[in-house]
Amino acid sequence: MSEQKNKQARGVTDVVLGLMRDDNAKFSPLAAFTGIILLVGTVLTVLRFTQGLGAVTNLTNTHPWGMWIGFDLMCGVALAAGGYTTSAACYLFGMKKYHSAVRPAILTAFLGYAMVVVSLLYDVGRPDRLVLAYPFIVQQGTTSLLFEVGLCVLLYLTVLFLEFTPIPLEWLGLRKARNIAVKLTLTLTIFGVVLSTLHQSSLGALFLIAPSKLHPLWYSPYLGVFFFVSSIAAGLSMVIFESMLSHKKLRHRMGKAYLEEHPPLILGYAKAASLVLFGYFMVKVVGVSAGDNWYLLLTPYGIWFLVELLGFVALPCFLFAVGSRNKDPGLIKFTAVLTIIGIVLNRLNISMIAFNWHLPLDERYIPSWMEITLSVYMVTCLILAFRFIATRMPVFDEHPDFKGQH
Amino acid sequence: MDNTIHTLQDFMLHTESNTYILMGIYLVCMIGFWIFLTQKDEDQD
Repeated sequence: MSEQKNKQARGVTDVVLGLMRDDNAKFSPLAAFTGIILLVGTVLTVLRFTQGLGAVTNLTNTHPWGMWIGFDLMCGVALAAGGYTTSAACYLFGMKKYHSAVRPAILTAFLGYAMVVVSLLYDVGRPDRLVLAYPFIVQQGTTSLLFEVGLCVLLYLTVLFLEFTPIPLEWLGLRKARNIAVKLTLTLTIFGVVLSTLHQSSLGALFLIAPSKLHPLWYSPYLGVFFFVSSIAAGLSMVIFESMLSHKKLRHRMGKAYLEEHPPLILGYAKAASLVLFGYFMVKVVGVSAGDNWYLLLTPYGIWFLVELLGFVALPCFLFAVGSRNKDPGLIKFTAVLTIIGIVLNRLNISMIAFNWHLPLDERYIPSWMEITLSVYMVTCLILAFRFIATRMPVFDEHPDFKGQH
Repeated sequence: MDNTIHTLQDFMLHTESNTYILMGIYLVCMIGFWIFLTQKDEDQD
């Protein structure tokens, strides 16, 4: 009995020491820059919640959705798709060779969706009402796609949290709770894939209500399909990109299994992303054809559309295929970055650049430096949270007490 | 042949015809792309 108490006490001490530990706690220009971002971001946060949207944003009634929706939410949701793609590949399609990538992908997705919800708090205001799920209880608005997006994001964030819980539970040594959480994995994966399919496509479908505002080359009845298919490519690329960064900064935390499974994972994901991008390219062309918008391709907006389609969809598709064929990890990593830029560009085109395209330039929306800084602040917080968790909890390696059990 | 579009029916026929042709080309390209993507895997096997 006393031995068990001693063990528990040791566990608590380890956790407390683990929270305080910092492997790289030394001054560097990057750390100073991060500190400045956090400081300025905190000041701007206070300004936004005390003075209102007008104090920090360039939003108007013509442009009620700006940087925080176009970048933080739209791109955040797409780039967090690595969670459902990886867990579906591993648990639903039986590709167990990708198992070691599940935890980092789930963590990235969980933090990504948390950032999405926080950015919504910034954009919508009244965080007290959002926390209390006011819109879902008092004014459901079930005929709006926004309701579906909001509900799915709420549920999916909960699912991701539950999928993430085995990591902190193993770290805390709570075996019973951890075993219950692990047993829920398959159910949560199925639920996560269903919810992701729903809200990834609905985010695109939101713009179906504005055919006169969105440029015809980007507007299509298939917007929902575009968003869903592109989110799969974004998720796969994001897993490759995240593993690339983690290898540079967190290699000392990686277990043998993760390091061994990493090269085939990169090749497999590149092949899958190449196929998905091939399909995405074709459905985008079908979108142009269905609207008979070929004549617009030679206009300035058309050339910009072609830059997005050829430079950030067709080219990554080809490069992923070449990288996968030649087993070239360098090319695959470069292409993953290119794909991520392409998806971000697509979401910004739809929500900002090609939106209200007919208005003169002086009436167009350009985000203020404070909006951009707050977006950078949120991404910085996400990276810091990822680093904090990955350096302490069993994300890239197996916990010694739970080897081979997940 | 008169290609002027007068009605929604004309427009739909025009765009759907183009799209069906594109999809045919796509399916043929897909086979070629799949072979390109997996060729070296088969060589190794």
